Amino acid sequence: MPVIQVEGLSKVFGKNTKEALKLLDEGKTKEEILKKTGNTVGVNRASFEVEAGEVFVIMGLSGSGKSTLVRLINRLIEPTEGSVMIDGENLAKMDKTNLRRVRREKLSMVFQKFGLFPHRTILENAEFGLEIQGLDKEKRSKKATEALKLVGLGEYIHQKPAQLSGGMQQRVGLARALANDPEVLLMDEAFSALDPLIRKDMQDELLDLQETMKKTIIFITHDLDEALRIGDRIALMNGGSIVQIGTPEEILVNPANDYVEKFVQDVDRSKVLTAEHIMKRPETINIEKHGPRVALERMREVGLSSIYITDAKRNLKGYVTADDASEARKNEVRDLNEILKTDVPTVSKDTTMHDIFEVIHDSPVPIAVVEDGKLLGIIVRGAVIAALAGEGEVNLNNA
Amino acid sequence: MLDFIPKIPIAEAVSDFTDDITNAFAWLFNPIKNQFGDFMEWSADLLVAIPPIIIILVVALLAFFITGKRIGLAIFSVIGLWLIYNQGLWEELMFTFSLVLIASLLSVIIGVPVGILMSKSKLAENIISPILDFMQTMPAFVYLIPAVAFFSIGMVPGIFASLIFATPPTVRFTNLGIRQVSEELVEASDAFGSTGTQKLFKVELPMAKSTIMAGINQTVMLSLSMVVIASMIGAPGLGREVLSSLQRAQVGTGFVAGIGIVILAIIIDRFTQNLNMKKAD
Repeated sequence: MPVIQVEGLSKVFGKNTKEALKLLDEGKTKEEILKKTGNTVGVNRASFEVEAGEVFVIMGLSGSGKSTLVRLINRLIEPTEGSVMIDGENLAKMDKTNLRRVRREKLSMVFQKFGLFPHRTILENAEFGLEIQGLDKEKRSKKATEALKLVGLGEYIHQKPAQLSGGMQQRVGLARALANDPEVLLMDEAFSALDPLIRKDMQDELLDLQETMKKTIIFITHDLDEALRIGDRIALMNGGSIVQIGTPEEILVNPANDYVEKFVQDVDRSKVLTAEHIMKRPETINIEKHGPRVALERMREVGLSSIYITDAKRNLKGYVTADDASEARKNEVRDLNEILKTDVPTVSKDTTMHDIFEVIHDSPVPIAVVEDGKLLGIIVRGAVIAALAGEGEVNLNNA
Repeated sequence: MLDFIPKIPIAEAVSDFTDDITNAFAWLFNPIKNQFGDFMEWSADLLVAIPPIIIILVVALLAFFITGKRIGLAIFSVIGLWLIYNQGLWEELMFTFSLVLIASLLSVIIGVPVGILMSKSKLAENIISPILDFMQTMPAFVYLIPAVAFFSIGMVPGIFASLIFATPPTVRFTNLGIRQVSEELVEASDAFGSTGTQKLFKVELPMAKSTIMAGINQTVMLSLSMVVIASMIGAPGLGREVLSSLQRAQVGTGFVAGIGIVILAIIIDRFTQNLNMKKAD
C-alpha cells in the first residue's frame, strides 16, 4: 500500500492555465507553450507512488520542475490539476483546516538553505512544529531534544543557528522535521548547500537513520551521484515532466531515452553496479563425485586455467589450477582435496565494482560471488571491464 | 485658450467637505477634543510635577543600560537636559516630550497593523501606497488647517496633524519588513502547518522587527518636527517658544529654544536606535 499516490499532478504558472493544459495534451513543449500563451509550465502531469519506508528521489537539473513538484505535494504551491493522495485523502482538494492538519501530522519538510529561524535557539527551532501544534512547553522540549540527539546535536541546543556550521544547521533542520514524527519527509535539495565531504557524511547519516526510522522520504536533488547513493527509486525530471522512474540500476542500465542516457553517461558506474550485475554462472566440479582427471577435462572444455570446487549442495570448497590437476593425474592422486586451494578471493553479491577492483587486480583466478557459503557466480576480469565501458555484459535479470 | 474652462472650484469643494465632516462628526470630535485634551494635560502636568533631577537621573540610567553600559549618551543626556533646565525651558520640554510620546505611540498603534495589512494584500498595498505618498509630500502646515477645524486649537489638533504626518514611515517599514522575510522561512512556517496568525507572530514580525523599529525611529523624529510646527495652532512646548521669538524677532531666545529641540531630538533618536540594535542581536 503506497503512502503517497501522485496522479496527473500539474502546475502552470500564469493566467491562462486551461489553454496551456490543453496545449500540453496536444504534446506541445514547455517552450512552445510559453511562446504561445505566456504561461510557464512548472510540472507536467507527474504521476508516481511512494511506498512506506521508501527513499524516493526526484532528480533533475535546475528548471526541471523538481522543486515545484515537491511543493505541490505539500501544497506550498497550489496545483493546477491532479491529485496527491496521502492515506486516502486528496491533499490537492482539501480545505485549509485539513491541509494544516495534514501538514502538522503527516508531512515535514527540510529546506535547501535550512530555513531555520535566526531569532530562535536551536531547541526552539526544533520545537517549531510542535509549538505550532499547541503542545505544552515541557512535552515539546522533550520531543525536540530527543530529535536533536538523534541527529547528533545534544550540546548546542541553546545557541542560535548562525553560530553553527552548515552541516550542523541542516541537522537542526532535519531534527525539526523529525520532531513532529511525520509519516513523510520532504527533503528539498537538503544537502546541496553543504560542501562535498559534509554532504557525504550527511547522506551516510540519513541512510543510517533511515535503517531505524523507516520513514517515507521524498528527496529532491540535482546531483545524480547523490540520487544513486540514497535512492531506492529515482524519478528523473526534464522540462517539467518525469521522464523515467526506476531503481538506480534500471536507470543506469536501461535509460528510457536519450536524455536519461546522456544524463547518466558520466556516472561513475563502478559505484553503482554490483557483483550481481556482472557475475557469470560458474563452471564447477563436485568434490564428492569427481577427481583431478574430470577437473582437468572440464578446464580444457571451457578454456580456463582454474576451476571452482563445490560440494553437492554448491557450498564453495576452493579451487584447483590446471597445473596442479595435471601433476596430480600423473601421480595418480584421486582425491581433489589434496590439491585443493582454499585461498579463494570472494565477494558478496552486493559488493560494488569499485570494491571488486581491489580484490580482482591481484587475483590469479576469477572471483567467487558467495552467499552463505554457497557459490552464486564468478566474475572474470573481462566482465568488469565490459561493464565499466557500459557494454552489454551487464544483466539486470540477475538482480 | 487656457481660460476656456473656468476655474475648477477645488478649494471650495475641500472647504465644504471639511465643514461637512466637522458638522457630521461633531459628536465624535468634541468628546475626543475634551477627553483626550484632558488626558494630555494630565500627562504633561504629571511629567512637570516630577522633580527634574529625578527625570534627568532616570534618563541617564536608561541611556547607560540601553547603549550596552557605555557612558557617552548618559553624559550627553545629563548635560543636555541640565542645560534646558538651566535656560528655564523645563516645563516646555516636558510638554513637547509628552506630545511626541503620545503622538508616536498612536502612530505606531495605527501604523503597524496597517503595514501588516499592506504586506498581506496586494490590493491594500496598491490603495494605501499613494495615500502614504500624499500624506508625506503635502506640506506639513496644510494639515494644521483641518486639524483646527475638527479640534479647534491646543494639543489635540497638534497630535492629529502629527499622526497624519508621522505615521507613513511605520506603515511603510512594517510592510517592507514583512515582505523582506526570506521566502524559505515563510515556506518553513507554512510547511509545518502554521495558521496565518502563528506565522505572523512567530516568524514574520520577529524577523521584521529591526526594519519596523527603523520605521518607528523615523516616525518619532517626524512627530517631534510636527509637534514643533503645531505650536502655530496653539500646542504648548518648545515650539511655542521658537514661534514667539520669531514673532518678536528675539534671536537669542529663539536660538536657545531651538537648541532645546535639538537636544531632545538627539536623545530620542539615540534611544530608539539603540533599542533597535539591542533587539536585532
